[in-house]
Amino acid sequence: MARIIVVTSGKGGVGKTTTSAAIAMGLAKKGHKTAVIDFDVGLRNLDLIMGCERRVVYDFVNVINGEASLNQALIRDKNCNLLYILPASQTRDKDALSQEGVGKILEDLSKDFKYIVCDSPAGIEKGAHLAMYFADDAFVVTNPEVSSVRDSDRMLGILASKSRRAEQNQEPIREYLLLSRYSPDRVKLGEMLSVDDVQEILSLHLLGVIPESKSVLNASNSGIPVILDEKSDAGQAYVDIVARYLGEDKPHRFIDGKKGLFAKLFGGR
Amino acid sequence: MSVDSQKTPYNPLALEFKSSTFSVPVLILFSNDLAVIEQQLQAKISLAPEFFRNSPLVLDVQELNKKDLDLDIAALMEILREPGLLPVGIRGGNLKQNKKALALQIPVYSVTSSSATAEAQKRKTITPPVPEPITDPGTTILITHPVRSGQRLYASGDLVILAQVSAGAEILAEGNIHVYGTLRGRAMAGVQGNKAARIFCSDLQAELISIAGDYKISEDMQAISRNKPVQVYLQDHTIIIKDI
Ligand SMILES: Nc1ncnc2c1ncn2[C@@H]1O[C@H](COP(=O)(O)OP(=O)(O)OP(=O)(O)O)[C@@H](O)[C@H]1O
Ligand SMILES: [Mg+2]
Repeated sequence: MARIIVVTSGKGGVGKTTTSAAIAMGLAKKGHKTAVIDFDVGLRNLDLIMGCERRVVYDFVNVINGEASLNQALIRDKNCNLLYILPASQTRDKDALSQEGVGKILEDLSKDFKYIVCDSPAGIEKGAHLAMYFADDAFVVTNPEVSSVRDSDRMLGILASKSRRAEQNQEPIREYLLLSRYSPDRVKLGEMLSVDDVQEILSLHLLGVIPESKSVLNASNSGIPVILDEKSDAGQAYVDIVARYLGEDKPHRFIDGKKGLFAKLFGGR
Repeated sequence: MSVDSQKTPYNPLALEFKSSTFSVPVLILFSNDLAVIEQQLQAKISLAPEFFRNSPLVLDVQELNKKDLDLDIAALMEILREPGLLPVGIRGGNLKQNKKALALQIPVYSVTSSSATAEAQKRKTITPPVPEPITDPGTTILITHPVRSGQRLYASGDLVILAQVSAGAEILAEGNIHVYGTLRGRAMAGVQGNKAARIFCSDLQAELISIAGDYKISEDMQAISRNKPVQVYLQDHTIIIKDI
């Protein structure tokens, strides 16, 4: 049986797709057969981040409508042969997805895959609902600002009450916090919430902090998930996150700036 | 068309009437000067515009009528709707005011307790005496997980929460409320009118606290009540926040 991970946030543009691509690649690199699904019907861009946009023939909606088989629609990643991408349709709207259809696809994928990563669209509407409904684990991507934190909290409420696990009274979805686009310098200037501030508001298990990094844009421009850029800080942050998720004990990094002890002792809050 | 009265056709239930209780703010007027009302209302609302936007409101004109001050109901409704309030009722009005309200599709509520109307008294005599339930404490609900933004909990008795209550969450109880984490959302105790109900919490950062309908919003709470256990109770219609 596969473990279904939803990457969600409520607020848009916080780094869900970047994260979905990175952790799916990370899990596959660790030897687990992994599928990553783009639930953002109408605004697909996971295929761009994964660099497979020119190999899309069939999409998620085609499979739901029975116009293509899963095997026809799944695209094998060019960098890792344990990783498969199920792209979203660019030409349909959200109503093309149905709960039964999604459930059936996830059930079929579960037979063959170890992890299924669901890249949720922003918002709390149908697409986001379907992306999280069948999840076992939730990666809640949050930026260190009040509105993003508030939206994450709202999404956590939905995970706790509207998911299949909640409706069937099963063990609740395991929720993890991924604090993304973190900039210690801006935290020191008081322009951003600190890790502690966010933890205090959300009281959620922190899986990792991903620094604000130019390497993310470079990676998406070249269509290679940032986790493969091993020299980059954001890439390393995602490597750590995958390791922690799989049970390894890794100390947190990227929380303090590169400043020395003096700044740590006397700087800011 | 013939109808076989023996067989009931299959008709899935499309509706149901239920009695439900809501906690709605009441606006008590002491003056009939619309300009003054508008000005003071603006001042209050500017403190927490989000709280008042689309908030239902019951208008209480009891005090005005005690002083025989008349009121232009229609003009007042305009003033209330302007900042986004949604008037859903009037109480304590005289015959003329009630008629006017109904014409504006605003329901009329009777003032409970004190000035019972003649009609209400008549009803009292017809109603068969119902024995008071021997203190039905309702059911205590225990919650062990965080209550998140957008979630709403209701307990017919006490509500005990062992985790935090996020901003944007709403917790209501007919009895007392205990929060053993940080309380950032809205907490309403004694929602059926129990003035003895209290709120206890280990860190009060609430958006709103209310007991039996009287409430205090965040702006009116002292920052000093943060980061330490406090209790909230009602004394002469005033919300009191005290250290435990
Ligand atoms: N750690 C980071 N550092 C710098 N930029 C980042 C980082 N993470 C994401 N970004 C940038 O933020 C933008 C949004 O990222 P992404 O598409 O992953 O977000 P999303 O949550 O999937 O958005 P949407 O809600 O629209 O689906 C992109 O331009 C991306 O390059
Ligand atoms: Mg996205």
